[in-house]
Amino acid sequence: MKQFRQIAERMAKVMLTLSGGVTSLAILLIIIFLFKEGLGLFNSAAVENGYALCIHSSNPTQQLSPWQIKRIFDWEITDWSEVSEKKGEITPFRLDEIFAMYPEDEFGEDYELLPQKLGETIAQNPNIIAFLPEQYLPNGNQSVKVLPVENINIADFFGGKEWLPTATPSPQFGALPLIMGTLWVSFFAILIALPFGLGVAIYMSELAGTRTRKFLKPTIELLAGIPSVVYGFFGLVVLVPLIQRTLNLPVGETAFAGSLILAIMALPTIITIAEDAMRSTPRAMREASLALGATPWQTIYKVIVPHASSGIMAAVVLGIGRAIGETMAVLMVTGNAAVMLTSLFQSVRTIPATIAAELGEAPAGGAHYQSLFLLGCILFVITMIISASAEFIAKKDHNKGI
Amino acid sequence: MLPLSQKAAEEFMKALPSATVTVTGGGSGVGIAALLEGTTELAQLSRKIKFDEKNKLKEKRIIAKEITAAYDALAVVVYPSNKVTNLTREQLEGIFTGKIKNWKEVGGADLAIIPYSRETSSGTYEFFKESVLRNKNYMSGIMSMPATGAIIQSVSQTKGAIGYVGLAYLNKEVKAIHVSYDGGKTFVAPSVTNAKNETYPIVRPLYYYYNMAAEAKVKSFIDFILSDKGQKIVSEIGFITVK
Repeated sequence: MKQFRQIAERMAKVMLTLSGGVTSLAILLIIIFLFKEGLGLFNSAAVENGYALCIHSSNPTQQLSPWQIKRIFDWEITDWSEVSEKKGEITPFRLDEIFAMYPEDEFGEDYELLPQKLGETIAQNPNIIAFLPEQYLPNGNQSVKVLPVENINIADFFGGKEWLPTATPSPQFGALPLIMGTLWVSFFAILIALPFGLGVAIYMSELAGTRTRKFLKPTIELLAGIPSVVYGFFGLVVLVPLIQRTLNLPVGETAFAGSLILAIMALPTIITIAEDAMRSTPRAMREASLALGATPWQTIYKVIVPHASSGIMAAVVLGIGRAIGETMAVLMVTGNAAVMLTSLFQSVRTIPATIAAELGEAPAGGAHYQSLFLLGCILFVITMIISASAEFIAKKDHNKGI
Repeated sequence: MLPLSQKAAEEFMKALPSATVTVTGGGSGVGIAALLEGTTELAQLSRKIKFDEKNKLKEKRIIAKEITAAYDALAVVVYPSNKVTNLTREQLEGIFTGKIKNWKEVGGADLAIIPYSRETSSGTYEFFKESVLRNKNYMSGIMSMPATGAIIQSVSQTKGAIGYVGLAYLNKEVKAIHVSYDGGKTFVAPSVTNAKNETYPIVRPLYYYYNMAAEAKVKSFIDFILSDKGQKIVSEIGFITVK
């Protein structure tokens, strides 16, 4: 019997160790996968995979940045003198245009004459820049030059201000507006949620009667159980028009609407944790304060709040964590415009919303797909910093300030 | 296009209980990829097959047959009390690429224009970009909404808004713009009649592609969609019939 119990205990021990190990391994693998996919972006060419840019061989242009390529094909840069020593109006050319110039049967059965025709077209026009699939490049043609393409670089990703991942020929991966958008929306969400959350926590732990408390606490915890898409729907239909009308704004889908929704979503976390921290103040400490002649209010802000300060900080940090990773509600109310935020009453695009909206149709393994993984890495690093600081704060001395 | 195939498959199986049709979604690119891999016999596309895709089919020696099952028109919508009714393609291009920023530049009130777009993953986004913007990029920082319903909702509550939706989604909460593709000579209202007689310009065909080798398998379903009964489903869903 005793032996049997020993075996059972050892088995349980092994099982527990194993489950812990498997979990850690899974997390590690996810992180490795995330970073491997994400960092692949910097090995991708700045022009869509399988395509190349061709110019006339008399054209002295050596290299174009992704930003310049995009602006040329949007007809915003219209003259070669803006990007190189050459003069003359730029003619952007896409493959489809060749089919409007010749009847279909002139390209041959398997398009074997297509490269030749493309070569002729380029040779005729010294100002052309053609965006062509690599398999149809007019290789033998002397008057055609293939423009070398650089890889997407780190500075363009973290410093770029345009997020146009599906632009052809040159997608723009400027993540700065997304990173800033995420941080600002979360920051203001906490700025709104903190005073309310603390107020409610103080009320519930110190002032409310037992019956009120018994009613309030489950109600607030219920808030945490509402699916985020419901919050988003509420925000889009109620909050957005309300903000627009009362503040007389041109658009209601703003960073402010996002912050407000996130604040509501972060409240239950903040309230519950802060309240628990305050209630854990030893009875002796409260009574000592009151016995020394302090009023209840003085007791709250001189004794209880300082004692609970590490718990309150943890509440704030976890609230931020909740806000930063939130996807659906933000996707619905912020308008998702990838712009650099100059005011709170502007539309904004966050990282989670971008991943959710775009990953479904991004071709697996392509630059767009990798860029979304890299965004995921950034989000991971941000939340890791936050939870590390939560850990650090929670470990701090409880009796600080007394 | 997915709702059409789903509804049609449902009705088809009711009419012919021995047949089974399984419909899955995922986007036009996914459809062609499945046809290439041989995991499907019939692909539904809300755009014409791309040049590279045609090539890949050729490499695999798959002869794909194209069937136009229905048409879908895109309507440009604005806030209901907006004074502007007519816009040319060039003006729309200016608005969505960010060159035209105020309604007074196109004959409206002095009010900032707020263009709403769909997310990049949507076929509608690509089609509008090709047809109206002539392949130029949308302005950076355009408002992008995850669904057509969200566009209607936002346009109906934002005074300076402009957006685009499928014809079937038009309702009284938004105002549809009359569009001109001939430089302002004729402006045409988006409607089923105008799309059918080809006067309304922003119309895209919806296709089925199937492997000729599997024709016997899919023929009866294709025939069903092109029949009167099938085309009735097309108009019920809000698309435009082929006949």
